[in-house]
Amino acid sequence: MAISRDEVLHVARLARLALTEDEVDRLTTELGAILEAVGVVAELDLVDVPPTEHPLDVVNVWGEDEPHESLPLDDVFANAPAREGDLFRVPPTV
Amino acid sequence: MSAWEPVVGLEIHVHLKTRTKMFCRCPVGFGAGENTQTCPVCLGLPGALPVINRRAVEWTIKLGLALGCEIRGHAVFARKHYPYPDLPKGYQISQYDLPSCVDGKVILPSADGDREIGIVRAHLEEDAAKTVHVGGRTGRIGGADYSLIDFNRGGTPLVEIVTAPDIRSADEAKRFLQLLRQTIVELGISDAEMEKGALRADANVSVRPAGSNELRTRTELKNMNSFTFIARGIEAEVERQVGVWESGGEVRQETYDFDAASGKLTPRRAKEEADDYRYFPEPDLVPVEPPAELVERLRGELPEPPGARIERLEGTLGLERSSVLVTGGLDRLWEETVAAGAEPVQAANVIANALMGAGVDPGSVSATELARLVDARDRIPRAAFDEAVSKLGEPGFSADPYLTQEAVSDESELEPVIARVLEANPGEVEAYRGGKDGLLGFFVGQVMKETQGKANPRVVSELVKAKLSA
Amino acid sequence: MAPVVDTLRLTAEDAIGLVQRGDVSAGELHAAYLEAIEERDGELHAYLRTVEEADGASIPIALKDVISTRGVETTAGSRILEGYVPVFDATVAARCRAAGLTLLGKTNTDEFAMGSSTENSAWGPSRNPWDPALVPGGSGGGTAAAVSAGLAPWGLGSDTGGSIKQPSALCGNVGLRPTYGSVSRFGVVAFASSLDQIGPVAKTVRDVALLYSIIAGRDRCDSTTVELPEEVRLPEDERVDGLRIGVPRQLADLDAIEPGVRAAFERSLELAEELGAELGECDLPLSYRYGMPCYYLVAPAEASSNLARYDGVRYGLRTEADTYDGMVERTRDDGFGPEPKRRIMLGTYALSAGYYEAFYGQAQKVRTLLIREHREALEPFDVIATPTSPAVAFPIGDKAADPLAMYACDLLTIPSCLAGLPGLSIPCGLSDGLPVGLQLLGPQFGENTLFRLGHALERALGFDTVPERLR
Repeated sequence: MAISRDEVLHVARLARLALTEDEVDRLTTELGAILEAVGVVAELDLVDVPPTEHPLDVVNVWGEDEPHESLPLDDVFANAPAREGDLFRVPPTV
Repeated sequence: MSAWEPVVGLEIHVHLKTRTKMFCRCPVGFGAGENTQTCPVCLGLPGALPVINRRAVEWTIKLGLALGCEIRGHAVFARKHYPYPDLPKGYQISQYDLPSCVDGKVILPSADGDREIGIVRAHLEEDAAKTVHVGGRTGRIGGADYSLIDFNRGGTPLVEIVTAPDIRSADEAKRFLQLLRQTIVELGISDAEMEKGALRADANVSVRPAGSNELRTRTELKNMNSFTFIARGIEAEVERQVGVWESGGEVRQETYDFDAASGKLTPRRAKEEADDYRYFPEPDLVPVEPPAELVERLRGELPEPPGARIERLEGTLGLERSSVLVTGGLDRLWEETVAAGAEPVQAANVIANALMGAGVDPGSVSATELARLVDARDRIPRAAFDEAVSKLGEPGFSADPYLTQEAVSDESELEPVIARVLEANPGEVEAYRGGKDGLLGFFVGQVMKETQGKANPRVVSELVKAKLSA
Repeated sequence: MAPVVDTLRLTAEDAIGLVQRGDVSAGELHAAYLEAIEERDGELHAYLRTVEEADGASIPIALKDVISTRGVETTAGSRILEGYVPVFDATVAARCRAAGLTLLGKTNTDEFAMGSSTENSAWGPSRNPWDPALVPGGSGGGTAAAVSAGLAPWGLGSDTGGSIKQPSALCGNVGLRPTYGSVSRFGVVAFASSLDQIGPVAKTVRDVALLYSIIAGRDRCDSTTVELPEEVRLPEDERVDGLRIGVPRQLADLDAIEPGVRAAFERSLELAEELGAELGECDLPLSYRYGMPCYYLVAPAEASSNLARYDGVRYGLRTEADTYDGMVERTRDDGFGPEPKRRIMLGTYALSAGYYEAFYGQAQKVRTLLIREHREALEPFDVIATPTSPAVAFPIGDKAADPLAMYACDLLTIPSCLAGLPGLSIPCGLSDGLPVGLQLLGPQFGENTLFRLGHALERALGFDTVPERLR
């Protein structure tokens, strides 16, 4: 199962990766080989098999609507690459 | 134009007023310092995991029940991926193909009988954070120098309600939203205030030849932040689409932003890449399977739906007045006022106009005192009436001091004033005599002003009419 | 003067005894390990960083660098998290702290725990204490190497498709991948949420059971955890009379299993029989044919989603650009190494419009079959036994250029991970002078049975966990 270079570029955009030309070439080859290997799942007829939503058979796990302490601002911004006032700063979202 | 029929579906987002967020226990609310209501979960720090807010689930089920939905025994949260800085995890957690509530309907009382608006689904999700665009020529996204993010709002519980394309006019969309809003408010699950963004609605609009069943290409209208703008936006879009079809064109699937200032629709720039949300079941959460007892308990807590109340009042008050009272949350006060002896239509008018105009909280009003004022409305001076109404909300209010005042009905006292007013406005007098009957109100108003509101407006009106037709 | 402690041979249980009796203080023990690290870790590179001061009253512990530690840099082996200092503890870290354990340091890992050799770490590979030319396995090669070389009495790893069991096998340690849902993932840098589990690595089964008892149980911050249905029991029995062990028939046809591994595995089965176990054959045909393909769809799909949060906005690396999209794309290109990129791409593809049903959807259905197959296979047995890794440790660089060859390392560990079942790896002998791991699989929450069999076998085997070259 081959994957085209265009598909690799499309997936890279979805995945938000600015790949170099070399990376695109390498990934086109590698992903093709991996997809061929994993593609064997297609040989099974599974129309009547439900997908596994969760490996654990548990439902209705939730928390009560009681507030906890939020983080102090020093912690909120402890690792921030760019802070302005008490806000996170990013380049314009054109 | 009459040959075309609008086909409109709505997508409504409602902020739930839970104390805490959807997937963490940070407080929800306005006014807190930027980013002070955040934690590892709603900042999307590595390793943080979501935990469902139980109250949000219960409220969603309650809303679903109020909208006549089937409550699914197995609901699943999914991850919806899209890239935006206000989405810290790179995905939004939202119910997707297995929502909590499906297949409901809302009865919308209308002039031509009941209209049934289908509810496709109501599902629970989390809101995004807030991005502020800074700099640039216009301050709009396109020209911004950079953006700033406040994660306080991120993770607020949000219910999305999707209607079937059953709405047939801009006015119907507006009335549906007013009814829905009141339903939500009465459930106590949201303030549903559009100006605060607690209720947002997008519209999917298409048109088709009246009487046909086809569904033509639809467009999406976004960013309409009041009921009036929604109605205006839909109206404008319907008109545009009819124009396109009639000139032999083809409506294209597009998204429009409604600009309140200009009343214009502007198409969003088409994206290079189609959205691909890559939904899959959220593995950090387990399914929601509400037990039947819970659903029945919530069903038992539902108040009488506003639509049913409009229908109940319609016979006495007509559709317009009933709708205003019910969607304004005023019908209970009206019922008590009528029970206290007030004339029903008079009471409705006073409540919907005078009381609301004075900004009085209907919840604090004594129906007995209000009924006495409604009854005395014509007898006491207008100024006294207005003052009394404005004070109805005050604790221990009594109508007594206002009821002893009498409006001036004595013709001999009023005649000179009327003569003065007519003399001072010869142009208007001539116009009235020329057929502009509407000017009667102007003359009455002038007389009321001259008498400082003490004249009986009904008597003044009669006298002016007699005088001018003389 | 601190008393001389031989960290090479010291088990956690013995170390706790030393501290409790007052023979050494927590601080002295901590210092002794730091000294051992100073001496041997230059070669092994098991640690990414160490903590100088003991912050508890008990013995030290090493934590894989995917586990958030408040105030101590946590990178998950990735450049994109360089300099990231968590402001909160992972639940497992907090539970270790609460038990008095002192954080010795953060151990090396394949980037985002993606790999089977620890060569994918952005900070360079770790080396196998048995032979530094070889890999220690992965992704938890750092913890495994540290325990094996006496650089920590025990440690925690994370296991998605074999990242605890396989390095434990390759380094001659005991490692447990617990039942999915028994240990909190809160605060552990996520790889694949429906597969990730945290588990202990130590020199003995009893140590592993003890550490498991410290970290296991419901955490209200992780909705996918439950209370253990029964208490953890530290194993004592020397015999396992009546215990039923199933051996998958399909192992005979798996050419990937090296002869030396097969020989050690079969000897340990004979030994189990001598200890009173009853052996029989079971069937896992789908597991060995479809387990790996299923895993390499499910895990990358979830990974592509879990790694979407690394966008340079709130923490971690950021490469500036004129636009937000440009900043994010460049940050991620600079920050992620080849393996995470490969898996993000693969997973994004498997979830994307038009491919979901054929890939991710189909894989989740295969997973249903694997869960059923394991349930049926375990019906007549208490435990299923297989080798942990089909091969012993391989030379650094050997498989680095061939992703599929690397993925095949987890052939035997992956299927039970997809089924959410617990697996214990214990050393069961040597092949060409290198450790071989025995994998014991049980039903959900069957850890106590695995401990019981593992402990009895461990005693009967008498495997020396200290690498020959360090003795």
